[in-house]
Amino acid sequence: MQKIYPNAEAALEGLLFDGMLIAAGGFGLCGIPERLIDAIQASGVKDLTIASNNAGIDNEGLGKLLRTRQVKKMIASYVGENKEFERQYLAGELEVEFTPQGTLAERMRAGGAGIPGFYTKTGVGTQVAEGKEVKIFDDEDFILERGIRADLAIIKGWKADESGNLVFRKTARNFNQPAATCGKVCVAEVEEIVPVGSLDPDSIHLPSIYVKRLILGAPYDKKIEFRTVREREAA
Amino acid sequence: MATQVEAKGWDRNQMAARAAKELKDGYYVNLGIGIPTLVANNIPAGMTVTLQSENGMLGIGPFPYDDQVDPDLINAGKQTISELPNTSYFSSADSFAMIRGGHIDLAVLGGMEVSQTGDLANWMVPGKMIKGMGGAMDLVAGVKKIIVVMEHTSKNGDPKFIPECTLPLTGKNVIDMIITDLAVFQRPDHDSPFRLLEKAPGVTSEELRAKTTAHYVE
Repeated sequence: MQKIYPNAEAALEGLLFDGMLIAAGGFGLCGIPERLIDAIQASGVKDLTIASNNAGIDNEGLGKLLRTRQVKKMIASYVGENKEFERQYLAGELEVEFTPQGTLAERMRAGGAGIPGFYTKTGVGTQVAEGKEVKIFDDEDFILERGIRADLAIIKGWKADESGNLVFRKTARNFNQPAATCGKVCVAEVEEIVPVGSLDPDSIHLPSIYVKRLILGAPYDKKIEFRTVREREAA
Repeated sequence: MATQVEAKGWDRNQMAARAAKELKDGYYVNLGIGIPTLVANNIPAGMTVTLQSENGMLGIGPFPYDDQVDPDLINAGKQTISELPNTSYFSSADSFAMIRGGHIDLAVLGGMEVSQTGDLANWMVPGKMIKGMGGAMDLVAGVKKIIVVMEHTSKNGDPKFIPECTLPLTGKNVIDMIITDLAVFQRPDHDSPFRLLEKAPGVTSEELRAKTTAHYVE
């Protein structure tokens, strides 16, 4: 079975529909599936609910889909550094389900692992707990959170082999791994596709079973939100 | 009128240095954005402390040299950083399993308000600041010891260590220690009141009382 598609548009064919739930990998602009976001923007699909830690920044990452008003709701933990997001949210045009970062990661992991809900201490006694079941374990309160099962997961990896085994690079792994597992279909874009057998089986971060479609997204012009450096000590 | 400039209280770096005194050899630590980040510059020589970044990294190195900046290597504040020989990377799900599972020894966070019963508010000002809680709610729920480092009063001079938080909470009854520019407060467990542990240089008990509406033991 051929998993490799010529481009993002082809890889998303037949998968997009209005009102769908998409899980996206990335943290800030680090490890975001840029090509797939661009193709979703170009498709014009709308009323999307997107589960992603962040919402990109103005006109970068998922910020592009906000700008074109294709997003109805965000499930996210942090949406700072994004003026258009703030404007739409304050104007009541965009719905946001603020979800603690770890709860969001676990909701994806659980959804992908066939676990429809789990109890967590995170958010107990805060507005995150409003309307959620509280259960006491060993004299402590925990709240029930739901696993996420997305119609589509879009992720960015570093290298994949032709069968879809995938490795990430440094902190670009972040939400890409749990997001991949929670999609009914996961489409991955990577920087390099290598022949089967060239990746060490002991070093695979995401086994091929999760990757249904794959594209080579290179070349990438990776964006940095906050470039911080130190001076080199005098020789 | 000539005003006498008094050397009173701690500056941002001194607050971070005070927080660093709580570090112990072998600790795994998560540092929040702002003053807490400065704690990394104050780790005592000879002490091994491993810093965790909630976007999936253990062993945070210093900011990179200009020619070694890597867009795939950032901290939770989305700043470029470097790795160390003992660094490891993992997913966000594994990262928060670490945090929620009680494996991190200490977290140092910023605060907008802290209540006398250890509630923390630091993620939202309704109608104004809507950035989101990020990983703060998970950290206060799961990390063994929580230190909040913040200015003692707001820019308007309003107390921030108060009887009850007015802003939406990040966590309820979660704080172990508060370090401000004026003083350090601590409590031995989550059923006890905070006790004044130290005053910054030049700060009197009367001044501290005047700038604190929360109940604390002296």
